[in-house]
Amino acid sequence: MPNPYASTGSVATVTSSIAGGADDLTGGGPGSAPKLSTGTVLARLAAYVRPHAGLFVLSFISAAVSVILQLYVPIQIGRAIDIIIGPGQVDFEALLVLATQLAAVVAGAAVTQWIQGYCINRLSYRAVRDMRVETSEKIGRMPLSFIDAHPHGDLISRVVNDVDQVGDGLLQGFTNLFTGVVTIVGTLVFMLTVSVPMAIVVVLVTPLSIVAAGLIAKLSNKSFAAQQCIQGELGAHVEEYVGRQKLVAAFGFAPRAEERFGSLNSELYTAGERAQFLSSLSNPGTRFINNIIYAVVGVLGCACVITGWPAVLTVGGVQTFLSYANQYTKPFNEVTSVITQIQTAFASARRVFALVDSAEETPDAPTAIELTDPQGDVQIEHVDFSYVPDRPLLRDICVHARPGMRFALVGPTGCGKTTLINLLLRFYDVNAGQILLDGHDIRQLTRKSLRAAFGMVLQETWLFEGTVADNIAYGRPDATREQVIAAAERAHADSFIRALPQGYDTVIGEDGGTFSQGQKQLLCIARIMLTDPAILLLDEATSSIDTRTELQVQEAFDQLMSGRTSFIVAHRLSTIRNADCILMMRDGQIIERGTHDELLARGGAYAELYNAQFAE
Amino acid sequence: MLKLARRFFGRFRLNLIIGPLCKLIEVVFDVLTPIVVALMIDEGVSRHSLPTVLFYGGVLGIFALVGIAFALVCQKMASRASQGIGTEIRATLYQHINELSYTELDHFGTPSLITRITNDVNQVQLAVALAIRQLIRWPLLAVGSMIAALAIDWRLGLIFLISTPIIAGVFWFVMARCVPFFKELQARLDHIALLTREGLSGVRVIRAFAREAHERERFRRAADDQATVAIAVGKLSSLLNPVTFLVMNLAVCAILWQGGGLVDTGELSQGEVMAFVNYMTQTLLSIVYVANLVVVFTKASASASRINEVLDCAPTIVDAADAAAPALACPAAGTVAPVLTGSAAVPSLRMAGAAFTYPGAMRAAVAGADFSLMPGQTLGIIGGTGSGKSTLVNLIPRLYDATEGTVELFGRDVRTWPLAELRRAVGIVPQKASLVSGTIRSNLTWRDANASDDELWRALEIAQAADFVRANPKGLDAPVEAAGKNFSGGQRQRLTIARALVGDPAILILDDSASALDFKTDAALRHAIHVRSCEGAAAGSMPLTTVIVSQRISSVREADLICVMRRGQVVGLGTHDELMRACTVYQEIFYSQFKREEAEGTTLSAPLASSDTKEVAENA
Repeated sequence: MPNPYASTGSVATVTSSIAGGADDLTGGGPGSAPKLSTGTVLARLAAYVRPHAGLFVLSFISAAVSVILQLYVPIQIGRAIDIIIGPGQVDFEALLVLATQLAAVVAGAAVTQWIQGYCINRLSYRAVRDMRVETSEKIGRMPLSFIDAHPHGDLISRVVNDVDQVGDGLLQGFTNLFTGVVTIVGTLVFMLTVSVPMAIVVVLVTPLSIVAAGLIAKLSNKSFAAQQCIQGELGAHVEEYVGRQKLVAAFGFAPRAEERFGSLNSELYTAGERAQFLSSLSNPGTRFINNIIYAVVGVLGCACVITGWPAVLTVGGVQTFLSYANQYTKPFNEVTSVITQIQTAFASARRVFALVDSAEETPDAPTAIELTDPQGDVQIEHVDFSYVPDRPLLRDICVHARPGMRFALVGPTGCGKTTLINLLLRFYDVNAGQILLDGHDIRQLTRKSLRAAFGMVLQETWLFEGTVADNIAYGRPDATREQVIAAAERAHADSFIRALPQGYDTVIGEDGGTFSQGQKQLLCIARIMLTDPAILLLDEATSSIDTRTELQVQEAFDQLMSGRTSFIVAHRLSTIRNADCILMMRDGQIIERGTHDELLARGGAYAELYNAQFAE
Repeated sequence: MLKLARRFFGRFRLNLIIGPLCKLIEVVFDVLTPIVVALMIDEGVSRHSLPTVLFYGGVLGIFALVGIAFALVCQKMASRASQGIGTEIRATLYQHINELSYTELDHFGTPSLITRITNDVNQVQLAVALAIRQLIRWPLLAVGSMIAALAIDWRLGLIFLISTPIIAGVFWFVMARCVPFFKELQARLDHIALLTREGLSGVRVIRAFAREAHERERFRRAADDQATVAIAVGKLSSLLNPVTFLVMNLAVCAILWQGGGLVDTGELSQGEVMAFVNYMTQTLLSIVYVANLVVVFTKASASASRINEVLDCAPTIVDAADAAAPALACPAAGTVAPVLTGSAAVPSLRMAGAAFTYPGAMRAAVAGADFSLMPGQTLGIIGGTGSGKSTLVNLIPRLYDATEGTVELFGRDVRTWPLAELRRAVGIVPQKASLVSGTIRSNLTWRDANASDDELWRALEIAQAADFVRANPKGLDAPVEAAGKNFSGGQRQRLTIARALVGDPAILILDDSASALDFKTDAALRHAIHVRSCEGAAAGSMPLTTVIVSQRISSVREADLICVMRRGQVVGLGTHDELMRACTVYQEIFYSQFKREEAEGTTLSAPLASSDTKEVAENA
């Protein structure tokens, strides 16, 4: 009996299609790759199967054995029926032998079927795990430009849904395909051994069912695509509006959002109803053809029994053929359903491989130097940079920060202050010019040692699911609890942490859980306090902390910054007042530089900005 | 699932009856088929009558035709009903989500609501379709086959009666054990998604700390966990097919053996034994399908209860029964103003002992808010992170309902305002600047779909956003990408300020909405709002009352009234000068921001004080 679970394939396809996004990873971006051929996809897939080759082979062998044994059952039943001819004509001895044989065949088929299921299941989940780990690790090696440019939802969907899809569709699907094909071939062989002419009849009429299934699939595929498209639009609408439900509520925007949703929803009804109806034709359609075939085989079989032409057949033979006629079409149906499943899986596999094949961050040069004991001497020389080729963002930036100097970056939003930080840590590489750390071009240093020299607190806080202590110790996992607490105290985070139900062992939920923005920021500051870097980068880090706390944090930072090179991006002039050098930026250029007093005296842009604080 | 069914199935009753009925008819013909074949053998073959065989063949053909005709009707009914029900659930759910208040939204969380309205509804929809198409078919086929078998010979039928429950029992056993695993599996998968999301959003931090290896390890562990559970489920479920196959075919063995005896004594014919074997196969197949459906239905019923959870959650903030009072029928400035100017003594905003405690929280998020503000005045709210500033302003448009005390707008308790009008009267700029995909225009017209271009530009001017919008070749029709990603943080913030200004709000709330603006823009913004308020008053319409939430002294110091908050308590109330004299918390905040000026000399603070008083005087 073929695997009945194959029939749930369509369920999986329908439900997963919602989650999948468009496969536009190849669209122009850094992930551009030619569409992989089917052969290549299979070959690449084989690489994931190879470590489990034993399971793979065993699963296929037992599948074959099981199918053949299962196919032998109708023959055995047919023979038994032939013994049961009529009153007083039953050979009980022979019947006993046949029944015992039948039981043995059945037991054998069951055991091998179990082995097959067990193996393929193990194999596919392990392969899925491997593929998932590889995909995730791949993302870990991608340049920031890639991660910034691609919707995170899409990348997540590749790691989660697409990989699953590949496991379900390609690995499980292929076993089903294999079982199906073995069933078809096996049935053919067995039929030929019973009666050649009858076998030919069955073989000739059964393709009808396949043709019917194919036609229906063709019809429904188109409408499925249309449904998916609207489903996607609806999903995007929901994502956007329900995602901002609070805003919708506050603005009383609900009626208009509902209107738009309503029209998408009714479009979805039309498309969905059509798609569902067309695709649901396939079962009754093929069933109809099968029933006809069943009738034809029955009639012809009986005719053979009566007339002995074109072949001699027993009643048991008719029973055998009736079973086969049933079974012969079933694998075809299953094969067609598996094929659609495999097709979606191929699409998923392509999306996964497109990600895996995207160009990685250029690895550290083989000659890269490990920077030990960084001094914090940062030289930025004639740096040009842009995210998009035709929109230059930074132009000819030159800064020399000697160890221990404090730089303040000031200027309107979008003037390139944050970008400078991206460049210093080599999240992005400069287009022209160079950045030197302790006299080394940062491209000549290992990223790890380069980044270890920096401590940064970004505008957007990031906490992960784990305890408060783990989050603080993120940059120094070997820190003791005492060190963690000391860091938290210095960041003025200790008091609110202690107020938590489990103190330092409180688990932070997704996206920082219930912490306020300021509290999250304090935790991030504590994190830096613990790592003790040579250079500090503070990106508006203090903008969300209330000013009282900020004052305290500022003191702690002052202490931390002493003897360290630091770059501060902040709008709060009072916090950067005591910088050694203020860099006033505008349109990607440094337009003024100097100390607070110098710049005020100059009466330029900085003075204007400073005075604006009090102007009305 | 049943609950959901009661709620939504009504309109599709006809489809839901006709569909299964047609399926039933199809099944009857399927059940009769083995009997026809038995007759073909017993009457045709044993009597060597070819016409009889052909006749029964014809009967089979007719059965097939009739079967498909009914099946098609059923499929049509199924797709109509299921898609229709899905569509209705989706619409109702969406509408309901729109009615939920912040408290309920906090409870569910928007990501969860999104899955419920997309995935869960689809799951239910699928279940409805399968219920009509297959849930009817397979159990009926199983029962029908069993009845037919018993009708032929009850002794052989006993084998059915024994083997079928065994097979069903095996299914039950395996499924009952698998279902908890499915949940577990989903949880593990969710965890993988979470880690991936964390890895993406925290990519800079991870790389800056060179913790890639650690993250890899974390992910690997999660993936391992997931694989372990998946394999455990698989182990169980891979038992299902072999065991049922075994039981069924052993039953066939028994039928053959027993049947042989009965045929020998002439109580049964050869054809009837064949029919038995065929019925057995049919029954087993049916059970297999039913079991598959059980999986779909377990998922669907989980989805259904998740949907019900939302639908059952009554919004806590709704129009009061007497809220439809027409006195403030249209609080948009134009209409409200005459009402209000008539009673100039009515404060635009008044809180009397207003307090709010989040559900389940130990401590009030806001307590003891007691103040009133006249039209055209500005209220500044200052305080530390988590001090309750945002919560306090959220009470004004009833995003949360005060748990104690009252909040009044233009002399009326906000709870007696019709919600829609209340929210048209209050323009709020949330902390997080959030735009939706569309154009600048479509984002700005959230409060007023028919706002004229002039009005939009005015709002943009005030919000200090006109320059960059004008610089865009498409102006108001410039596209906005999802989440406003094609604008900088500061630009987004200014657009959200403009959005709140469109549609003439009577009260404007800026909830720390200038955080991404530099001082200069911030100051210009406040100035423009002030001018707008004065102009409004001069033009005879209502002067705009403004509430500014901030952590910067400079943003609130000119306010007519400053409310100082600390840990949910209002600890100071007054003008800048008053607070500087009397409120230690305020002084602390002030000195944390202006310490050095004070130390360096009073040159800066002296003119400040004077401009401050001037401002207050103008406002008063």
